[in-house]
Amino acid sequence: MTFDAHICQNGHVTYPGHTLCPECHEPQTDTVDLADRTGEVVTWTTSTATPPGVRAPNTIAIVEFDVSDATDGGDDSVRAIGQVTEDDDVETGDAVEPVYAEELRDPEAGIKEPASQGWDGYRFRPVQ
Amino acid sequence: MDVAVIGASMTQFGQRDAWIRELIAEAGEACLADAAVAPDEVDHLYVSNMASGEFEGQGGIMNALAHDLGLMPAYSERVDQTSSSGGAGIYEAWQSIASGASEMTLLVGGEKMTHRTTAEATDVIASITHPVEYKHGVTLPSFAGMTARHYLERFDAPRDSLAKVAAKNHANGVDNPHAQFQKEVDVETILDSPIVADPLRLYDFCPITDGSAALMFCPVDVAEEYTDDYAVVSGIGGATDTHVVHERDDPTVMGGVVESGKQAYEMAGIGPDDVDVAELHDMFTILEFLQMEGLDFADHGEAWKDVEAGRTERDGELPINTSGGLKSKGHPLGASGVAQGYEIYKQVIADAGPRQVEADTALACNVGGFGNCVITTIMEASQ
Ligand SMILES: [Zn+2]
Repeated sequence: MTFDAHICQNGHVTYPGHTLCPECHEPQTDTVDLADRTGEVVTWTTSTATPPGVRAPNTIAIVEFDVSDATDGGDDSVRAIGQVTEDDDVETGDAVEPVYAEELRDPEAGIKEPASQGWDGYRFRPVQ
Repeated sequence: MDVAVIGASMTQFGQRDAWIRELIAEAGEACLADAAVAPDEVDHLYVSNMASGEFEGQGGIMNALAHDLGLMPAYSERVDQTSSSGGAGIYEAWQSIASGASEMTLLVGGEKMTHRTTAEATDVIASITHPVEYKHGVTLPSFAGMTARHYLERFDAPRDSLAKVAAKNHANGVDNPHAQFQKEVDVETILDSPIVADPLRLYDFCPITDGSAALMFCPVDVAEEYTDDYAVVSGIGGATDTHVVHERDDPTVMGGVVESGKQAYEMAGIGPDDVDVAELHDMFTILEFLQMEGLDFADHGEAWKDVEAGRTERDGELPINTSGGLKSKGHPLGASGVAQGYEIYKQVIADAGPRQVEADTALACNVGGFGNCVITTIMEASQ
């Protein structure tokens, strides 16, 4: 699996991708894989009241990745959201790396149709 | 065509035995009575509701309400804009009159939620998120926690300032007989309550609620046949921000608030200084700061200072959430924006009882999702 952010011809980057670039409305034709990159925590929360099929407590972070090497003078960075790895704590500004997880929540327990979306993805682990 | 509001109603908010059909019929019937409008005078009916299908398995509730109140053959439509369905209903109702398509429009907002557990209700609401958010268990409260942390850290705002929003709105709710909670809650209790989405605690969040509210709209020249005390919808705006919340450039700016506010101010020909009282969508305490700043009541990063200074209390310079807000009234999703409209209507026609403040011009901001869709409405006194 890859952790792809999507890039249009003008170097705008989004995670996830969209049909048209929200910035310039051109199609997104390129990708940059965030899986091997280190990001920085913008903000985070630990949620105790979680919905059916979600671990509790659930620590979630918004993480910013430097992608200036991949955009040919376009956006310098892109943000993503995801769970923090089990038993780890983060603070704003911490460096984190993506770690693959096969199932982030129980697809059968929530309101969304299990087949309508993927349930694997990347958690964020603090870089020691 | 200038649009007037000539009547309003709101049911008891809270844990109700009634189901969605009964809730909206209760508010709808009371609104007809309040406006002294007969069922066969209604041309258009809008029913604001986010999720009657998901919560209760009941679809087609606009049709059900039209039949239960004998409104046939009026045009009827259900309006869903998630948490801002009520505001979107005001927009639709305003449009129906302003365009000349209808001479009498009834808007009823309602939601039935409390038969579900908190976890289930949270999941229904979280269904609005993007799949990359949803799979991580992201909920609306977790967006609030992340945004609150960012706001407090970046602007050096004290944690207490958020608790003061909750305390203020609970104090206002004491005088609202329709509110789910009619009791004061002090800052200490709020700061000691259980963590829900760190740094936010139980009392930073609105409860899960059943309820309904309604408004009656018609052209101003028709309004005068019914009453001398009506409100004029002098400004309204609606706007949409990103679906994926972390894609916004600045997590502390809600683009939909800024844009809908600008539209409403421009249409009314007024600015933020002209607003006498406001209802803001305090689903989470942090949202009151973001809306105060997005609507230009305060500079970016400074709203907390106004709350600390008491400027937004009922006897302050700009009272915010005289109704008690979603915090104390509760938040029956589709009803909330209509109930905000109920409060600002009552304020400008000087019928708000113990909650009354001096107000010729009132504003309501109804936020859907986490700022994903926003409606801002301005009402002014007719005389
Ligand atoms: Zn682009």
